[in-house]
Amino acid sequence: MSVKKTLVVIGNGMVGQNFLETLVTSSAYADYQVVTFCEEPRVAYDRVHLSEFFSGKSADDLSLVESGFFDKNNITLHLGDRALRIDRDNKQVVSQKGEKIAYDKVVIASGSYPFVPPMPGHDREGCLVYRTIEDLEAITKAAKNAKTGAVVGGGLLGLEAAKALTDLGLDTHVVEFAPRLMAVQLDEGGAAMLRSKIEALGVTIHTSKNTQKIVDGEHARHKMCFADGEELETDLILFSAGIRPRDDIAQESFLEIGQRGGIVIDNQCLTSDPDIYAIGECALWNNQIFGLVAPGYQMARTVVAQLEEKEAAFLGADMSTKLKLMGVDVASIGDAHAKTQGALIYTYQDGSSEIYKRIVVSADKKNLLGAVLVGDSSGYGTLLQYCLNGIELPENPDALILPSRSDESVGLGPDALPASAQICSCHDVSKGQVCEAITAGYQDIGALKSETKAATGCGGCTALLKSVLDCELDKLGFEVNTDICEHFPHTRQDLYNLVMVDEIKTFDELLTSHGRGRGCEVCRQAVGSILASYWNEYVLEKQHLGVQDTNDVYLANMQKDGTYSIVPRVTGGEISPDMLIALGEVGKKYGLYTKITGGQRIDLFGAQINQLPAIWDELIVAGFESGHAYGKSLRTVKSCVGSTWCRFGIDDSVSLAIELENRYKGLRAPHKIKMAVSGCTRECAEAQGKDIGVIATEHGWNLYVCGNGGMKPRHADLFATNLDKETLIKYIDRVLIFYVRTADRLQRTSVWMENMEGGLDYLKSVVIDDRLNICTQLEQQMDYVIETYQCEWKTTLESPEHLKRFRHFVNSDQLDEGVVFVEERGQVRPANEQEREQLVTFRPMEDA
Amino acid sequence: MTQWIDVCSFDDLEPNSGVCALVNNQQVAIFYFPNEDKIFAIGNYDPIGKANVLSRGMVGDIKGEPVVASPLYKQHFSLRSGQCLEQDDQVPCYSVRLYDGRVQLAEPT
Repeated sequence: MSVKKTLVVIGNGMVGQNFLETLVTSSAYADYQVVTFCEEPRVAYDRVHLSEFFSGKSADDLSLVESGFFDKNNITLHLGDRALRIDRDNKQVVSQKGEKIAYDKVVIASGSYPFVPPMPGHDREGCLVYRTIEDLEAITKAAKNAKTGAVVGGGLLGLEAAKALTDLGLDTHVVEFAPRLMAVQLDEGGAAMLRSKIEALGVTIHTSKNTQKIVDGEHARHKMCFADGEELETDLILFSAGIRPRDDIAQESFLEIGQRGGIVIDNQCLTSDPDIYAIGECALWNNQIFGLVAPGYQMARTVVAQLEEKEAAFLGADMSTKLKLMGVDVASIGDAHAKTQGALIYTYQDGSSEIYKRIVVSADKKNLLGAVLVGDSSGYGTLLQYCLNGIELPENPDALILPSRSDESVGLGPDALPASAQICSCHDVSKGQVCEAITAGYQDIGALKSETKAATGCGGCTALLKSVLDCELDKLGFEVNTDICEHFPHTRQDLYNLVMVDEIKTFDELLTSHGRGRGCEVCRQAVGSILASYWNEYVLEKQHLGVQDTNDVYLANMQKDGTYSIVPRVTGGEISPDMLIALGEVGKKYGLYTKITGGQRIDLFGAQINQLPAIWDELIVAGFESGHAYGKSLRTVKSCVGSTWCRFGIDDSVSLAIELENRYKGLRAPHKIKMAVSGCTRECAEAQGKDIGVIATEHGWNLYVCGNGGMKPRHADLFATNLDKETLIKYIDRVLIFYVRTADRLQRTSVWMENMEGGLDYLKSVVIDDRLNICTQLEQQMDYVIETYQCEWKTTLESPEHLKRFRHFVNSDQLDEGVVFVEERGQVRPANEQEREQLVTFRPMEDA
Repeated sequence: MTQWIDVCSFDDLEPNSGVCALVNNQQVAIFYFPNEDKIFAIGNYDPIGKANVLSRGMVGDIKGEPVVASPLYKQHFSLRSGQCLEQDDQVPCYSVRLYDGRVQLAEPT
């Protein structure tokens, strides 16, 4: 076996990290010992979503590196150390801290730095840039004593920075040298529309402004003096006037540099030294710098392929972009400025809805060359496919941007795309690869995303991916049938609406009016859940008995041997010694196996049906109530001990957890709901792994939604920050009822969110902005559920009629002799098959 | 000549649901469909989950065949034959009748 070669990767930004991740899954990984330098004090994080730092995301949230990544893959990481030069004669990389690493190959991914125009006063205190998390921390600090802020630069990054300043509560100005915003991507009309939309948000835009110097202000800290004689006073200045490649290491190492900077690379991403590659924003290909991540990722893949000794080339990249700037949809595709000879332009402008669309087509009207979309970028996917794949345009290309007046769809069906069509540009996933994965069995959007990585970057292609999936499933002969089962030609959501609109109160009514046959465990369970969510009647009423699932039907959790476990409610995980003793006494008296649950409760196992009422009778006397562990309903609100006791606590997480649990207890939903409240960002309650998570901050509560532990963990999404309790509860009410109304059967909130078109932004617009105009209804529904809460065990014990069902045999008081326990660690457990054979004389009939 | 065994009162049955009865020391699951006025009886032992639970499953039909779904792992058992629809397992199936307000059962033949 040959000795491993050494590969040094300089820079651990988005592209450097992507390179490492691609490398470790490639065949080249076995050949190289990898060493990487990261100048910043933290490993790679998501710079694309940097502004979310100001809407509540932490540095950890933004991290792109899975914990343990470097150890697991045996990569030596030099954190906080900068590679200074490559000693090419001795084949060593020399670092600032004095490390000297002998290399066989080097990959430079040093990225870029923000360009600061060298005007007098640019280095005054409070004049900052927007690139790293340290920059963000400095901005946050400076903003504390500031009222106004100005961003120099009205490009894509400048507007992102402006969003950050508005999030920090500053009166925000954008100062742009060019006569319009986003001059690279947008034409005049598009830029004007964008400007008016952003101004409507309270940001002041100054275009055609050449800042000549920055001096002391009279009313604010600084005064910016423009060439036209005008002035702007501001407390804070952010430079975001473009990027420059970080090519200093190449200069030190005598590699070829472009005239205006950038490490020159060829189609293989090789620099002028055949052992040194450069990728990402530091690299200059064909006299171009690519300031987006997707081309950087493409370069990373090209280099990994070379290391695998495969043919690969980087031949430029599409610079089309689609993004949301300060909440405004903006997209630019290809030749947006119609520079191609003979290009024709179609424009559509809707002043009332503030939508601007423009397409640039070839002289023969056959091909789409470019496009600009502002205010509505829903057509981006279709237009991009036309452009990238040279698909022939319809006879009237303007139909692509005109609002459709009929049912006729002008969108490009996924079927029209060639297999080579790129669906996801972040991860370079083609339609062919997506189709292969679908054929291999990845047939829902979540599975498809994790298998192909498509739609896991910026997420812009999610809708397109979904349409490819539906189309392929259809072609494979899978009827894309959304009916809940053979008894109802409806989705769960349809059934919920029918129950609401027709005021249907029982399964039989619904089956008679909208279904057929006798129903089955699928539709019965679903309808049972819908009726319980909507009407909140006692679930064991005769007319509802047949729609209760395994656990609900006896208000306890059936275990593998047919016995039940019992979980009383322990709100917020708070329990007094007396209550603990009471639980212990019941467990002891009935010989139950006891275990602490994951939700800070106590589970008592091994009760037979006959024993349930007596056990609950004692528990209720002791002050317990049903914990609804048997229902697809709110389970538990976990909490840390919070500020009452904890030295680090910021707020009283236990009291809030108890309040939330008491509010939502008994709420039945498409699936179980778990919540947690943490008293500070140490997050001991693990709220970010829950359906609803709440974390205390200095200024209120941060709300997280749609997280999950379990089989497929999902980190919850930050939904809103620094809420007061009243708003927090209002949002939770709305999110929960919206989930109850719209989720599929047995769909947890995490999958609900993954499948939601528009995702988190859509949910926010429904819950915060009330875009569907239903928030009042949602809140009323929640109020109704809360008013009609009952402890189902209390109700049961009060009714001899209902108690009658709680016996194993309808004609005998015997217990089920099929239940056999043995002892283990001082408690009972079900006997295994071998033990049963030894212990049981009575055998349940097998072949009677 | 069928030997009918008295089991329980009609009022002991649960509509669109099941109950379990002890008949000649055997556990029997009895299901009542009020809409079509039908009663079915099969063995209570689930041969897949290996526990006496079938009476506690949800009832319905699959393509017209009346079934109960095991409460443990949801396999369907035909109420007319005791045959499992998903795999090669079968449970006993009993004739059942209503006689003077009483539910009566005949041993499987």
